[in-house]
Amino acid sequence: MLDPMLDALQIVLQPRILLMVVGGCVIGTLIGMLPGLGPMSIIAIMIPIAISIGDPSAALILLAAVYYGAIFGGSTSSILINAPGVASTVATSFDGFPLARRGEAGKALTVAAIASFVGGTVGAVLLMIFAPMLASVALLFHSAEYFAMMVVGLSAIAAFAGTGQVAKALTMTVLGLMIATVGQGALFNSTRFTGGILELQSGIGFITLAMAMFALPEALYLVLDPKRSKRGEGGGSSEIKGLRITRAEARQIAPVIGRQSIQGFLIGVLPGAGATIASFLGYAVERNIAKGADQAEFGNGSLKGLAAPEAANNAACTGSFVPLLTLGIPGSGTTAILLGALIALNVTPGPRLMTDQPDIFWGVIMSMYIGNVVLLVLNLPLIPYIAKLLAVPRTYLIPFILFFTLMGAYIGQNNTTELLLLVGLGVMATILRFADYPLAPLLIGFILGPMLENNFARAMQLYGGPSFILERPMTLGLLVFAAVLIVLPSWRARRARLRKAGVAEGD
Amino acid sequence: MALDRWVAVVFLTICCAYGYTAFFLMDQAVPPFMQRNPVWPSSFPKILAVAGAALALVVLVTSKESAPKEGEIDYRRLGEYELGRALALVGLMVLYAFGLHEVGFVAATVLFLAVGGALLGERRWHVLLPVALVATVVIWYLVQEVLGIYLRPFPGFL
Repeated sequence: MLDPMLDALQIVLQPRILLMVVGGCVIGTLIGMLPGLGPMSIIAIMIPIAISIGDPSAALILLAAVYYGAIFGGSTSSILINAPGVASTVATSFDGFPLARRGEAGKALTVAAIASFVGGTVGAVLLMIFAPMLASVALLFHSAEYFAMMVVGLSAIAAFAGTGQVAKALTMTVLGLMIATVGQGALFNSTRFTGGILELQSGIGFITLAMAMFALPEALYLVLDPKRSKRGEGGGSSEIKGLRITRAEARQIAPVIGRQSIQGFLIGVLPGAGATIASFLGYAVERNIAKGADQAEFGNGSLKGLAAPEAANNAACTGSFVPLLTLGIPGSGTTAILLGALIALNVTPGPRLMTDQPDIFWGVIMSMYIGNVVLLVLNLPLIPYIAKLLAVPRTYLIPFILFFTLMGAYIGQNNTTELLLLVGLGVMATILRFADYPLAPLLIGFILGPMLENNFARAMQLYGGPSFILERPMTLGLLVFAAVLIVLPSWRARRARLRKAGVAEGD
Repeated sequence: MALDRWVAVVFLTICCAYGYTAFFLMDQAVPPFMQRNPVWPSSFPKILAVAGAALALVVLVTSKESAPKEGEIDYRRLGEYELGRALALVGLMVLYAFGLHEVGFVAATVLFLAVGGALLGERRWHVLLPVALVATVVIWYLVQEVLGIYLRPFPGFL
């Protein structure tokens, strides 16, 4: 295990790759700070660039750096202007913004940077330990188990969508799977569901769909609701001083960061959970653990309350790479986009990735260590200047976002139809968002669709029918687990409703 | 009826059309040697059509009117938002899609960025146009020279 790791370290230390890491971190931080643009949109916009690099490990390293850079950058705008750039840093603003208003923005940014750094680094260490273990288990999987595993992943993503949302999330998953069947499939060599439209022959481009699901609706939301891009009240962004923290403060936040790095990582590994849930849960857990005056401080500028979500979201962001790299199954919208990029580069992540293409597997992990150092070194001294960027007027910002989404779809396919498809799907996605349908399951379904069908077909062929479900205990177990995941939330909600109704009658 | 139920109805219709194709139209095209296969090109779509229709019905029956989430846009009061601007920008994107081939990358993009900014309320043309022009040329150079993807910069007749 040591040899491929050292080889990967050598690759990562090449100037070209280092440039990718630094560039990705800077771009991610800058765009992550802009309120209203999430990591998924940023990565979707970056994909055409990453793909044209051509080297899969460099591309994945770049995109991963953009991802954790964006999570990092989101915390800056949360603290300084109370306008979280990304959902996973909303919890950061609970205590970060009060600190900034008190004139301690510098200290808050330092704590956030250190907590993020430790969270990301601990996450990378755990990733290094867990990923090979999971990969060796996954090597025992056959196509039947793969099929079942993907069903579990898709169900888990829907199950985490929230109460009353499970059916909607599953609907979107099925819609994504349906869109994936459009065009010529590799499996049967027959064209399906194109309705005779020639341009649909090759299917719908994954970049087009990713842009249409995330970047376009976000930009349209910014247009529709001008308040979104300047939600904050304006804090102490004019002058940031006093970046130092005292020894006592360091001792106070150290255990919080330690606990939340591990908890955040474990939450990140779960499909469907991710950095947002990890940060909120981390905040809640630390508030419950804290006692007395310490607890009362939460929400009024507690350093612990700031460190907890920051450590947790960065660790979770790293943790979400575990299912991606070992099973090839993305647990979140962001990792689904990364998976799509890898597939576009002819790499299929899965348990064999570690042995077949160690430079990709270990390269990404090694680059994370360097990326976290880069973020720390780069951002601490530069934060006051970076914060100025928050003042980019939306009249310039929005046309550029729209232009980059158009460019991304155009570069991939080079035809006008793709642009029209992008706009059409983007408007559809905006309407779905109005109606409160989650969009990440659609994209994940779309990306997993071909793999799901291939494994299903292979298992059917091996067993001459659907009997593999009953004959392979692991497959059956996984499918039952998936069913439980879907039914459990609605069953519990129903029971809670009945109990409530019962109480009302009793009165 | 709330918007999410309308979406469910539309999705149900899509599932019916999709399912009709999968169940009744696709299997005729299966060549004889494949007919002994346990799995056909239509097998997976058949499952999807049934599952999708069932889910759409579940959403249709169980969905409850919910208060709009904070930070989300309330579609019931869409008129109070900048709907006109959003639609104008969508229209501008469609125009860009058609214009890209006709007038070339440089002119189409400068116009897109400048008109987009103007639609959003920017009136300082002496700032807007230079920014759009510089950005367009820089992006064209990067895409063409660094990424090596050809974009026709000028109209076809030049």
